[in-house]
Amino acid sequence: MSILVNSETRLLVQGITGNEGLFHTEQMLNYKTNIVAGVTPGKGGDWVLGGKVPVFDSVQTAVDVTGANVSVVFVPAKYVGDAIFEAVDAEIPLVVCITEGAPLQDMMRVRQYLSSRTTRLIGPNCPGLITPAESKVGIIPAEISIPGNIGVVSRSGTLTYEVLYSLKQNQIGVSTCVGIGGDPVKGLDFVEVLELFEADAKTDAIILIGEIGGDDEERAAEYIASSLTKPVIAFIAGLTAPAGKRMGHAGALIEGSLGTAESKIKALQTAGVKIARSPEEIPGLITP
Amino acid sequence: MRLQEYQSKTLFTMYNIPIPNGRIAESVNEVKQISEELGEKVVIKAQVLSGGRGKAGGIRFAKSSREAEEIAEEMIGSEINGYVVKKVLVDQLVSIDKEIYLSIANDRLNQKPVLMASSYGGMDIEEISEASPEKVVKRVIDPLLGLRDYQLRDVAINIDLERSYWLGFGEIVKNLWKVYVDCDAMLVEINPLVITDDEKLCALDARIVMDDNALFRHPSLSDFRDLDSESSAEMQARKDGLAYIKMNGNVGCLVNGAGLAMATMDILKSMGGEAANFLDIGGGANAQKVEAALKLILNDPQVRSVLINVFGGITRCDEVAKGILNVYESVEPKVPIVVRLVGTRGEEGLALLEGSSLIPARSLLEAAQIAVQKAGEGVL
Repeated sequence: MSILVNSETRLLVQGITGNEGLFHTEQMLNYKTNIVAGVTPGKGGDWVLGGKVPVFDSVQTAVDVTGANVSVVFVPAKYVGDAIFEAVDAEIPLVVCITEGAPLQDMMRVRQYLSSRTTRLIGPNCPGLITPAESKVGIIPAEISIPGNIGVVSRSGTLTYEVLYSLKQNQIGVSTCVGIGGDPVKGLDFVEVLELFEADAKTDAIILIGEIGGDDEERAAEYIASSLTKPVIAFIAGLTAPAGKRMGHAGALIEGSLGTAESKIKALQTAGVKIARSPEEIPGLITP
Repeated sequence: MRLQEYQSKTLFTMYNIPIPNGRIAESVNEVKQISEELGEKVVIKAQVLSGGRGKAGGIRFAKSSREAEEIAEEMIGSEINGYVVKKVLVDQLVSIDKEIYLSIANDRLNQKPVLMASSYGGMDIEEISEASPEKVVKRVIDPLLGLRDYQLRDVAINIDLERSYWLGFGEIVKNLWKVYVDCDAMLVEINPLVITDDEKLCALDARIVMDDNALFRHPSLSDFRDLDSESSAEMQARKDGLAYIKMNGNVGCLVNGAGLAMATMDILKSMGGEAANFLDIGGGANAQKVEAALKLILNDPQVRSVLINVFGGITRCDEVAKGILNVYESVEPKVPIVVRLVGTRGEEGLALLEGSSLIPARSLLEAAQIAVQKAGEGVL
């Protein structure tokens, strides 16, 4: 089993005719992800990738015709808010937003709107999800993971690949890997994904990859201490990051004494989590 | 992007938030002229993007235009908390009866805007908030509904504001909300908002931090970026669309993704080395961007070795390799460069680099080890 996406997933790609959208649609198709539709306003009626995927003008039409139940968003940052609203209004149960650089106030309005809806959002600014050998939604490279019983949840993109890759090199498989994204305003957080892994019969242990900024890791530590029965291994990036400097994307910023790597590591250790000092150290910390 | 006080005050004026009479000056002469126009007593404020400017001597009072001239002479061109003062704001001195703190900020915890106010204005709000949180009133704002009128009254009551000021205070808060929304701000702050001796409200200071992700909606505000507040390397990086921060070590780092870039720096440190910089080329970088990034690193005289760590996802390793080779075409780098390419089109990328003097590495730990070792050898 797995969480959020599997072989039943009927995927819609928003922004399918853009550079990134098209490239990664092909990658996802190669992985046998069930892509049923794409949306680009003004290009409805076209087919892409040699007639493999139909393009629609609107999300609602795509859903009506194809029964899509997950949407992955590749549209440019300035249209991200609108694209998510459109998917939510079409009542798609899961929206995964890959786009980087979404304005924060747009995302706050999206978050608020979601609070009265049933749609789950992952991202923005995230690598997406992969349930190895079943479904790949987003941009996680195909060849770096194998099926197994380890759940992975991460705030980072490429750092996640690093972890998946070192797991695979040690023949350790993954149930589902979820990249929740590094932005300060986003959809699912660590706790919500940990809850899903806790309930998933095929996940036996969890790897959590965090970084400086915010208090997601601290809240995850509280949840792990109080409610999680499965073992957790964590890696936190940013021990050498200076305070007050924004490290790359909006999320990674140490504000005053808040959100340092030390405070996160301490909170997680107190909750009984094993801490890895490098991504490549993680496989050795998994007890079979 | 942080705006300077005078820029923030320009925006306040456009939104009917009262500020003191005053003007920006770049020379001693201008300061003299402005202070003569304004009357006897003025305050001269260094325009630097640094907290604690007052304590560092960046806010000084003058009783006469002559004294203003003397202060300006000392202040303009001096350094405050590491920033050279190029501009000063000359404001009419306002007699203060009461000081209030007021701000609207993105609250990460609630993922919503939060309105904060306190009757303890003029002081460091973070210190007050930590020491006695009950002195700071916080109200979460629904980002879809906006600020409600009752919230204005609620805040006024809870900071013990006299009834006669409720309306005027409410107007200012509403206008501050408009500034926050219209400018895609992450923070709009007035500290202090004062009640003057003649019973008027006035914003003595102004601070606006804009969301860089939303600058495309504000082409005119982009001109406000204070280029003096950044180093030339950071400025160049911005032009090239790179996230770059100068650090103290000697191993230059070129990485895709902020998390991986930070992890790479951490691993260098754990191996006894130190990163010369944080550099995230972002997602989907093309050859030109990689070329610009590598040149930026090679221009840093402190760099003794370079570690290129790219895990391709949306970024394609063959593009990265092409960017690296472009640099080699124009000039052969003098420092050793260790390269690790994995993920999307990783094999193609490595194939392109075959035959060059680059040092390939198979794992992140191995790459870091070689880079630290080479940097050590390079130090004379």
